[in-house]
Amino acid sequence: MIVTIASGKGGTGKTTVSVNLVLSLAAGAQELSDRGFESSGESANRGGPLLVDCDVEEPNAGLFLRPAIQERMEVGQMIPEVDIAACTHCGRCAEVCQYNAIAVVGEKVLVFPELCHGCGSCTLNCPAEAIHEVLHVTGTIERGWAGPIEFAQGTMNVGEPMAVPIIRQLKRWVIPPGASTSLGRTASTSPGGTSGGRTVILDAPPGTACPVVESMRGADFVLMVTEPTPFGLHDLRLAVEVARDELGLPVGVVINRDGVGDHGVDDYCAARDIPILMRIPLDRRIAEAYSEGVAMVDELPGYREQFRELYASIEQLQVEGEGRGVGDRGQGE
Amino acid sequence: MKQLVILSGKGGTGKTTVTAALAHIASQELSIVLADADVDAANLELVLDPTKLEEHDFVSGKLAVIDPGMCISCGMCEDVCRFDAVLPGDETYRVDAVGCEGCAACVYQCPEDAIHMEEQLAGRWFRSDTRFGPLFHAHLFAGQENSGKLVTLVKQQARLLGLDTGAALTLVDGPPGIGCPVISASSGMDLALHVVEPTVSGVHDLERVLGTTDHFGVPSLVAINKADLNQARSEQIAAYCAGRGVQVTGLIPYDTVVTKAMVQGRPVTDYTDGPVTEALRGIWGQIKCRLA
Repeated sequence: MIVTIASGKGGTGKTTVSVNLVLSLAAGAQELSDRGFESSGESANRGGPLLVDCDVEEPNAGLFLRPAIQERMEVGQMIPEVDIAACTHCGRCAEVCQYNAIAVVGEKVLVFPELCHGCGSCTLNCPAEAIHEVLHVTGTIERGWAGPIEFAQGTMNVGEPMAVPIIRQLKRWVIPPGASTSLGRTASTSPGGTSGGRTVILDAPPGTACPVVESMRGADFVLMVTEPTPFGLHDLRLAVEVARDELGLPVGVVINRDGVGDHGVDDYCAARDIPILMRIPLDRRIAEAYSEGVAMVDELPGYREQFRELYASIEQLQVEGEGRGVGDRGQGE
Repeated sequence: MKQLVILSGKGGTGKTTVTAALAHIASQELSIVLADADVDAANLELVLDPTKLEEHDFVSGKLAVIDPGMCISCGMCEDVCRFDAVLPGDETYRVDAVGCEGCAACVYQCPEDAIHMEEQLAGRWFRSDTRFGPLFHAHLFAGQENSGKLVTLVKQQARLLGLDTGAALTLVDGPPGIGCPVISASSGMDLALHVVEPTVSGVHDLERVLGTTDHFGVPSLVAINKADLNQARSEQIAAYCAGRGVQVTGLIPYDTVVTKAMVQGRPVTDYTDGPVTEALRGIWGQIKCRLA
């Protein structure tokens, strides 16, 4: 199952929930089958959780998990390179480009990499076949292990504008095929979906624009982390619009710093029939642990069970949502 | 007229709280224009109680549309689409509006000319009045692209009105991150104030956003929010900034009064005269010196 952790407003605790969720799930798996598996390969076979930090502008999950990175790859956009000898300066490339990323000036062709979306339309439309594409590096993607947890992140280079291509390539690189329980539902033999694939947690960036959408695409469930304040509520609504109304995904809410503000988030969730799956109280100890890069469940181990219950309720909701989605197929069991 | 943008890198560190407070304090001394450049999660309006005077459509970005009557299901569009946005439908192909980047590659490759591009209404922008000055703000529709363009538009409108009315300062509430909306919000600014929290993530993200403003030649100041939450990290930030030649203008203490003011829909400086307000007044003093 693929779960995206989103929020709308920044700083509400997306990374906190993502990190503590995978730590709790991994600890649970360890307790169940503590037979001394050491190698990462064994962990993968056991289906240990995978955490993907999709906030490529400001990736933070790694600061808490401190993974050992094993693979690293440069990524970016495929941008056009023009073979001037073959170019007839006809201007077709500039005509088809929707982003003004290529211009023909006299006998010269100018390419503006920061405007290019890498769609390949200029290459396809060049009548002289004078264009080929080269990688314009805008960031790095990495993967590795933090104990039994597989970890991956993308990092956009400073000064680059576009996060989406990095997120897209990161997801393609690390998310195993068949991880989604919804997409695989027709072929799935397990209606519960729990054995259908790896647990994949995507830590999304803040906001509601294209990088957030890319982080939610293909997920089975979106978990919104919010704080019970007017800012938190305002942005939660926008994020729910994206996840539920635009993408048609089931959503649930975690209220962080519960008790700090007002009742707006509770009222909204009740009105819109959005389940509140967990409440994390306003607790200075949690904030202080966070400030030092210490995961909450390491500081306050009592929360492990709560995070496992959180995951179990997501699984349950996802199965029920699927049940509704496919008509009279029955719900849950 | 000077222009100041409030940034943070990491989200939720207090940009809007600081912007609203500075709007309140600054407007007591000079005439200001405000812009909320966090167009996909605009919150400044929640604490400034604006009265909307104008509302405009933001039309931007195009979307491919397949005419099912003309589609012969050859699949060429799906082959050329690099954004996985063309999906096989029941009988003909269809475009996933969320995935479509508007590149039109499919339009040019379709042998039947069955695909055309349609402009999209991507959001709205507003001119409002607040008791601290005019506010330009916007709402980018859920999941839309081109937030950078809408940021630029909102900022330009604020600047033009400021120049017309002889305002002394444009105050811009920025978006989180370091990508296109942040670059758009920072361009042309005289100064960026970075609001940072004393946490490992805060430190990490500050380095990246300072790199971004440096890259685009915008001078920076730093304010540490919730500074007493982790004294050691606050000192680490101060040392880092000193090493980089960036001035730390003030330390805002951790105080739940900030949330109480937000719940009341008011700038914190307007709500209380405690240590938080005192810190913010000090920060404004330093900004003034720097902009003078």
